[in-house]
Amino acid sequence: MELAIEATDLSKWYGKEKTLAVDHVSLAVKPGELFGLIGPDGAGKTSIFRMLTTLLLPNTGTARVNGFDVVKDYVEIRDRVGYMPGRFSLYQDLTVEENLSFFATVFNTTIEENHHLIKDIYVQLEPFKKRYAGKLSGGMKQKLALCCALIHRPEVLFLDEPTTGVDPVSRKDFWEMLARLKEHGITILVATPYMDEATRCDRIALIQEGRILQVDTPAAITAAYPDRLFQVKGGSMSATLRALNKLDGIIRCYGSGEFAHVAVPATATDMEQRIKDHLLAQGLTDVVVRPAIPTIEDVFIKFTQEKKA
Amino acid sequence: MSVLPVLLRKEFLQIFRNKAILMISVAMPVLQFIVLPMAVNYEFKNINLAVVDHDRSDLSRRLIDRITGSGYFRLVDHAASYAQAYALIESDEADIILQVPSGFEQRLVREGMEEVFVAVNAINGMKAGVGSAYLTSIIAGYNRSVVEDLMPGAAPAGIAVTSSGLFNPERNYKISLLPSILAIMITIVGGMLSALNIVKEKETGTIEQINVTPIRKRDFILAKSIPFWILANVVFTIGLLVIYLFYGVVPQGSLLLLYGFVGVYLLAVMGFGLLVSTYCTSQQQAMFVNFFFIMIFIFMGGLFTSLNSMPVWAQYVARFNPLTHVNEVMQLVTLKESTLRDILPNLLAVAAMAVVLNVWAVLNYRKTS
Repeated sequence: MELAIEATDLSKWYGKEKTLAVDHVSLAVKPGELFGLIGPDGAGKTSIFRMLTTLLLPNTGTARVNGFDVVKDYVEIRDRVGYMPGRFSLYQDLTVEENLSFFATVFNTTIEENHHLIKDIYVQLEPFKKRYAGKLSGGMKQKLALCCALIHRPEVLFLDEPTTGVDPVSRKDFWEMLARLKEHGITILVATPYMDEATRCDRIALIQEGRILQVDTPAAITAAYPDRLFQVKGGSMSATLRALNKLDGIIRCYGSGEFAHVAVPATATDMEQRIKDHLLAQGLTDVVVRPAIPTIEDVFIKFTQEKKA
Repeated sequence: MSVLPVLLRKEFLQIFRNKAILMISVAMPVLQFIVLPMAVNYEFKNINLAVVDHDRSDLSRRLIDRITGSGYFRLVDHAASYAQAYALIESDEADIILQVPSGFEQRLVREGMEEVFVAVNAINGMKAGVGSAYLTSIIAGYNRSVVEDLMPGAAPAGIAVTSSGLFNPERNYKISLLPSILAIMITIVGGMLSALNIVKEKETGTIEQINVTPIRKRDFILAKSIPFWILANVVFTIGLLVIYLFYGVVPQGSLLLLYGFVGVYLLAVMGFGLLVSTYCTSQQQAMFVNFFFIMIFIFMGGLFTSLNSMPVWAQYVARFNPLTHVNEVMQLVTLKESTLRDILPNLLAVAAMAVVLNVWAVLNYRKTS
């Protein structure tokens, strides 16, 4: 079966210093897949998106979208993909309805023709259809942008940080919409800096400093976490971390929400009790230590710290 | 199916929603034509004159009366000494000092000649030049009348000049200024607004969204240009109407020729705007770059300094300035009944600029996207 997105050895550098934004990246996304590019700001996600959507020429490597080369066949690709840039980029001085019908007409289609694709989203926008796009709330803007990217029934949808700056409820809504879009057979590539959104993807690629660290299903990635992980609480976070740093035999510790996460070698035994005793000995009270299930965030921190070492 | 109509519809929607653009397009011609020609005046009146008359004779009084009676000068003071008059220049109360020596009448009658001394405050060079020229010509006129009085019958030798202002009989500066203002206005609407409009798409990121659609660059550029081409023609038409209503100036030459030339000229100006827009990433940049060039176009376009009085190098530079050509054509066709043959060199020059600028802009547009 042909891949929906296939990138081989893709690189992009900028400026005279040739700052490497994308460092020999290879990716394979299957048709109908919801694929996530997970990485912090500046990891190179947007540059990859811009190369795949024919807005930027790669310095090395090739990429194909639904079999079309991003350099040679850019015209075909532009007919077949939907792109929602990270920044809201619709016409603020046109209304919701005008924006939507403009993008529909540009692709030689109509709102009615593909209404079934956007109807779940559009019902929420409909009360505001006479409002200027610039006057919408952040969440509504994102929904409109998604509608505009979908209105020509693209085969591949590129969403660059679609939930950045959107409230948690709207973010949840947004991911449910993406799950429904999958049912229409649309391949979706989504970039996000939010680690908690990773589990909503079929497969993810962890990306940092222009390089892909790991590609797999979210479950497989967390399952492959090599260390044993505990979550620890006792007094203030800074006191807890200070105390933990004095303990021998731990690989790393860091704050994560209300708990501190402590990674220890998988072979170490009886660490739970040792950590507890150590913290009590350091004068902390109300100490809680319990095993934790690794998340994508823990995997990421492992990569980051290994790189520093 | 071409997407051009869709794009054009969108552009017009946006333009009609932009109050600033509409205000500029309608209010600018009306206000500029009413206010500017009134304020801009190359004639100097009320030049302040201080007189130091050491003679206080009949003839010296006649000279001073003649000067003050000309209407150009206002006598601020009869100073007792040159130093006193100089103080008036220092305090900016007087612009010119006229000093008549004692024994003026005696020597003039007896020896047939005498000198007066004129000192001018030359801080405002133009006013100084014009003022002393007026004064000199009044004194020359006085000379002739004195000669006639003293030696009646002796016909004064010399050449008498009578002149007539062709195409602008009253030599009204306002009327020759009107076509130039019109030229500046369509330059701003055509060049500046279209450049800003394209850069706005870059600034707000909408150009990204456009670039991932099948819209072709050609259609995009045309859709950006056509509305402002039309808008500039509307401004031009409003301008012509205002000129007619307020100044009674009707283009003497063919209107068709005028519109035809303006149509081509706008292509050149818009090519310039497009070129600027390909180099700029924000509206602010585009604004300043445009402003910089429009200033140069205006000062080197023969609007304020006549081309013939520029140094030779500047005259060559001015040939590459589109505003020079439109300014010439506007004056030739509105005030003088010039025909296509007369303005053909201008038309060809502007057409060449249109081709060069647009090709350059489109090539550069491709490269940067």
